[in-house]
Amino acid sequence: MKIIDGKNLKFEYVKWNEEGQVESSMKAVDGVDLDIEAGDFIAVLGHNGSGKSTLAKHINAILLPTEGSLYVDGKDTRDESKLWEIRQTAGMVFQNPDNQIIGTIVDEDVGFGPENMGIPKEEIWQRVEKSLKAVGMWEYRSHSPNKLSGGQKQRVAIAGVVAMQPKCIVLDEPTAMLDPNGRKEVIQTVRELNRQEKVTVILITHYMEEVIHADKVIVMDKGKVVMQGTPREIFSEVETLKHYRLDVPQVTLLAHELKQSGVDLPEGILTIEELTQALEKCRSGKKLR
Amino acid sequence: MLRDITLGQYYPAGSVIHKMDPRVKLVATLAFIASLFAFGSVSSYFVATIALAAVIKLSRVPFRFITKGLKAIIILMLITVIFNLFLTPGTPVAKLWKFTITIEGIRTAAFMAIRLIYLIIGSSVMTLTTTPNDLTDGMEQGLGFLNVFHVPVHEIAMMMSIALRFIPILMEETDKIMKAQMARGADFESGNLIQKAKNMVPLLVPLFISAFRRANDLAMAMEARGYHGGEGRTKMHPLEYKKTDKIAYLVLLVYLALMFLVSRYMKIETW
Amino acid sequence: MVLKTEHLNYIYGAGTAFEKQALKDINLVIPENQFIGIIGHTGSGKSTLIQHLNGLIRATSGAIYADGKNIYEDGYDKKTLRSKVGLVFQYPEHQLFETDVFSDVCFGPKNLGLCTEEIEERAREALSQVGLDHSYYRKSPFELSGGQKRRVAIAGILAMHPEVLILDEPTAGLDPRGRDEILDQVARLREEQKITVLLVSHSMEDVANYVSRIIVMNRGQVLYDDVPSRVFEYYQELEKVGLAAPQVTYVIQTLKSQGWDIDTSVTTIEQAKQAILKALNS
Repeated sequence: MKIIDGKNLKFEYVKWNEEGQVESSMKAVDGVDLDIEAGDFIAVLGHNGSGKSTLAKHINAILLPTEGSLYVDGKDTRDESKLWEIRQTAGMVFQNPDNQIIGTIVDEDVGFGPENMGIPKEEIWQRVEKSLKAVGMWEYRSHSPNKLSGGQKQRVAIAGVVAMQPKCIVLDEPTAMLDPNGRKEVIQTVRELNRQEKVTVILITHYMEEVIHADKVIVMDKGKVVMQGTPREIFSEVETLKHYRLDVPQVTLLAHELKQSGVDLPEGILTIEELTQALEKCRSGKKLR
Repeated sequence: MLRDITLGQYYPAGSVIHKMDPRVKLVATLAFIASLFAFGSVSSYFVATIALAAVIKLSRVPFRFITKGLKAIIILMLITVIFNLFLTPGTPVAKLWKFTITIEGIRTAAFMAIRLIYLIIGSSVMTLTTTPNDLTDGMEQGLGFLNVFHVPVHEIAMMMSIALRFIPILMEETDKIMKAQMARGADFESGNLIQKAKNMVPLLVPLFISAFRRANDLAMAMEARGYHGGEGRTKMHPLEYKKTDKIAYLVLLVYLALMFLVSRYMKIETW
Repeated sequence: MVLKTEHLNYIYGAGTAFEKQALKDINLVIPENQFIGIIGHTGSGKSTLIQHLNGLIRATSGAIYADGKNIYEDGYDKKTLRSKVGLVFQYPEHQLFETDVFSDVCFGPKNLGLCTEEIEERAREALSQVGLDHSYYRKSPFELSGGQKRRVAIAGILAMHPEVLILDEPTAGLDPRGRDEILDQVARLREEQKITVLLVSHSMEDVANYVSRIIVMNRGQVLYDDVPSRVFEYYQELEKVGLAAPQVTYVIQTLKSQGWDIDTSVTTIEQAKQAILKALNS
């Protein structure tokens, strides 16, 4: 079942001068077709300014397409009467953990979404407990968000979205401001949500290591989708990725370089185990000869 | 450190007063202040003093914490007292250079001073015994009736709680910006007043830009989580009156009645 | 400028419930023209340490010597120290405030009390050192991209002619290309200007290609202080403190444990490639 269905999406940022005339305009999203199946883990890659964040904000109806259409779970994002339903279906987690936590105590923040939806008190507390447990932050429920680490804050933000019981979560560079440990925490949490709660995940990022486990990777450049495929397919195209200002994980790059020097390795190696195993094969092959 | 400063200086002591519903405390504080102005006689101030002392005793907050708030208004109090002392017409008792002190002047000055002191002490007891969060909740749910007069109670409460969340963040950010500019040779300490104000520009510009960016991000995050004003919203902490709260209201009524009665029928004439 | 720390201790919030020893007995020598990486996770003390080096934070005990002079001695000129030890903070948004790029870069040298010509000369020079030409001079710093803002911030420090340049997470939030561009620029600067560069990061992979010495911080202490290849040999210990060696280290170490005769002192992809090719062909 399709959960997100976008056709020829375009979005233009228009800059107005003081007389109210158009001074300049920039197409941040330029003719993107989106087709996402429920339950998928989708990663959107792209350098800063490639339009990936603008695209993400369309899924939650924070931005509406200048041209084209976008359906979230069968609902047109331009239909104002469906606005709150759409925001409940597609939750959104942003980059800066500090700027999206509203509550002064962790559990209060997680309850913010359900409160807005008008859920009865008892159910709010059930949802708060369930979502905080799902992200592993239950023991911090009565802490102030200010005393948490970046990764923990982001997990609270994710819990806040999960408590609204969305079918789909869009994460807009959730790890860009975190250190490696925080990054790991967040990605692991997101993967578990996807696997256990069957939530559709759309992860926007420029860290290559984070997309290895995605079902599908979409690469964006200048507002357009330029590459699409499984992580393995994408990472076999080392040169193309470099062209789009992206890079590949060190192992993949090392495998690519070795292949260029004539070592017989398969394309799109993603993990350390894959590389060492493939190299081991090469060595034993040589020994036999 | 900057980040440990909290607004409203809550003093945790777990007393009866602490556990009381914030709405009771808000209403009682307002009623207490109103009573000071409505019943201005020596006998009623005697009652008010006893009531205030009893509440302070019950709150278990050390007295020196309560009087801390007074330091801030010393200047204001002195001005009020001096003005009243010298500028009230009436029976003269003493003459100081060109100014005459009257009996009525002394009387009003004394009353004004007591009123101000009690006002500050009364509200300090409230803020010291109520967490900022409870206070916001109390405001929203206890003063909801003000909506009739087009006072945006929910919005004010929401702004208060957002401010509570962001004040520590902005404090920390101020510290970081100061250091970043000091690394470029900025000086925030020396110079005269104008020089000092000018030196603040490299601190204030990044701080304001950051605050606006945060506000923008936060607004977007709130919308994304379905926030659309107070209408149709439920509360995860709905306030419910307990037995002690009902008793407290009763005590408040008794206090007000007493104030009314003594100011009416028990005139203590001191002069 | 040679910097030396002696038994440096810093206790945060002394006497309160929040008391925490942020630095514990730090003894380091930072010689001239070295490229050093300081690695540690959030809260390891690395940010606190660098703020000591230019006198923004005063140590609780211990001493710092800049060219042999104790900076805590009475009458030591902190302002000159701050111009000699230039510190670029993580977020350029924390320091950009002028209406255009050029004036913003002038702020530092202006505070040094130089004449207008010298100030402008230095600003021009610093902006060209970070690769920003005339077309950027009159732009508002707030309209620039993340990478460009960072360059302006670095130029703002370079214009003070520091002898030691400290960069706190200069690549945070940048995309891969932006990250490489900044680091390449810094490496070039160090060679051309003969300055010392301290690069603070939580990524070993980022710094491995550039630095000749890595200082690993953990819980306010120096855990390792050595050339990269020696530090990465402790990859198992690094993992325990929440850090990771570059992926190539793991590849080589795994091969070694599988009985390969391979050189384990490699730190970059290029070196790893050569080592694997050599092992395969022997």
